[in-house]
Amino acid sequence: MTDAVEFSSIKSRSPGAVARVLGSSLGLFVLTSIALVAAWQLIVVWFEVPQFILPAPSEVVRAIYSDLVTGRIVQHFLVTLVEIVGGFVVAAILGVALGSLIGLVPIAERIGLPYLLAFQTVPKVAIAPLLIVWFGYGIQSKIVTAGLIAFFPILVNVVTGLQTVDQRRIVLMQSLKASPLEIYCKVLFPGMLPYLFAGLETGAVFSAIGAIVAEFIGAAFGLGCLILQRQAAVDVPGVFSALIFLSLIGIMLNLLVRLAARRLTFWSRPRRTADH
Amino acid sequence: MAGTVETDASDQNVGRENLIAVDGVGKTYVTQDGRSIQAVASVNVEIAKGEFLSILGPSGCGKSTLLMMIAGLVKPSEGVIRFEGKPVTDPHGDAGVVFQDAVLFPWRTVAQNVELPGEIRRVRRDARVKRSLDVLELVGLKGFETKYPNELSGGMQQRVSIARALSMQPNLILMDEPFGALDAMTRDQMNLDLQRISLETGATIVFVTHSIAEAAFLSDRVCVMSGRPSTIRAIVPIEIPRPRPIEMMASDEMGRYVTELRKLLDHRGG
Ligand SMILES: Nc1ncnc2c1ncn2[C@@H]1O[C@H](COP(=O)(O)OP(=O)(O)OP(=O)(O)O)[C@@H](O)[C@H]1O
Ligand SMILES: [Mg+2]
Repeated sequence: MTDAVEFSSIKSRSPGAVARVLGSSLGLFVLTSIALVAAWQLIVVWFEVPQFILPAPSEVVRAIYSDLVTGRIVQHFLVTLVEIVGGFVVAAILGVALGSLIGLVPIAERIGLPYLLAFQTVPKVAIAPLLIVWFGYGIQSKIVTAGLIAFFPILVNVVTGLQTVDQRRIVLMQSLKASPLEIYCKVLFPGMLPYLFAGLETGAVFSAIGAIVAEFIGAAFGLGCLILQRQAAVDVPGVFSALIFLSLIGIMLNLLVRLAARRLTFWSRPRRTADH
Repeated sequence: MAGTVETDASDQNVGRENLIAVDGVGKTYVTQDGRSIQAVASVNVEIAKGEFLSILGPSGCGKSTLLMMIAGLVKPSEGVIRFEGKPVTDPHGDAGVVFQDAVLFPWRTVAQNVELPGEIRRVRRDARVKRSLDVLELVGLKGFETKYPNELSGGMQQRVSIARALSMQPNLILMDEPFGALDAMTRDQMNLDLQRISLETGATIVFVTHSIAEAAFLSDRVCVMSGRPSTIRAIVPIEIPRPRPIEMMASDEMGRYVTELRKLLDHRGG
């Protein structure tokens, strides 16, 4: 009995099992997508919906294809990719650093927390126009906006993770005369990883929102900018194409975060039972 | 004879060097709602170098608190604890502490958990690895090195924490109900191993337990504590030469000690 439990929980960590779980939900996803796209195509053809309202999937595919062969999309795609990933990385670094300060240094918490709570109630996108004024129309203002919006969920999760640490582990480290740095690196940091990754997942989504909103307000390049241009030109299939490239960035980032979480926080998942 | 009840702990250790002196120590906790709980009243006990001292007492009487004070992890509210004559103000660092809960790090494998004290004391990696294999074998967990704590049963986790405490070959071992979660057979084996370690290494061991038989079997002396606020009701020397074979658990001589200790524990009021 115990052997079965042990083996199954080992399997749940091995890449084979990970691939299988991903594989099965991916399979389901592919099936439902095919069904949805088919329904979409049928509805558009059946009711003769005009292209400038809802293009048929085949039109969208054509737009994507022409975006790819002409290479028009590449620059916009790369710009937005750099903005989203850049904002995310900045937010992650600052979130962990400031979160650790607030979560661990009482005086920092007393000073920082009121500002944090005040800031949290402000819709951060409202600050984006100001950021464009301060940081210009280029890529920097987009990274700052994306980073600012992604920063808060990461920070809040880091603080929570550090403050809910099992005190007995710290006492154990003290009994070994570990330094504060060792306690941070060996107990606090690994212990808060499940919280950090929850924050990073939200942060990745928020970072994309920030980058696109900032592009909407003012930019020369980027998928958000392209969407506005094409909307003005009533190129609706082109808008859909840009949206799909945008969601590609989101999916990639989310997948990366989840993969890292699987590798680093496998221990915090509930123990699997032997049956099923 | 099993009849010797000692009220003044100090005269027992004539000729033996005192390692730890607990002098009028008390602990009052202040709870979150501002009330104060006196967990330990006034405890006096001296522990000789190389001695095996057990602490018996009702649940919640303050045994863990006393042990943590000896470890330097909890500050006494009154009195003073001396280690080699010097007041204990912070943790020893080289003592092996086994906590009442295993307190393992779930993100580390069994072996990595056992290597933790070595890492902090900057022991070279190969020495650390070898040592962790040795102690894991000692606690009967050979072959489990690469498992993670949540793949083990409660008793196995507790054995990992014992291995971790023993990994640095400490001179002072402080154990809080280390064998509570073990089955009878494993417990007997662990008792024998602990007795052997105690005699081979000459380590001083303070051992909190709920098992009267275990306390009598292992100890040079058994401290019986009263209910909260706890003081030491009696210190009973077990005058049977060590090492003691496991069969001695069932002997008449041991039985008399057990009866005496049980009577001391049951004793109500003052
Ligand atoms: N950190 C704390 N804050 C407040 N009260 C505490 C704290 N730790 C222990 N106590 C109280 O002190 C008393 C003694 O606790 P302790 O853990 O030392 O008992 P124990 O003898 O080890 O009990 P057990 O045999 O059940 O482990 C208990 O009443 C407990 O409620
Ligand atoms: Mg206890």
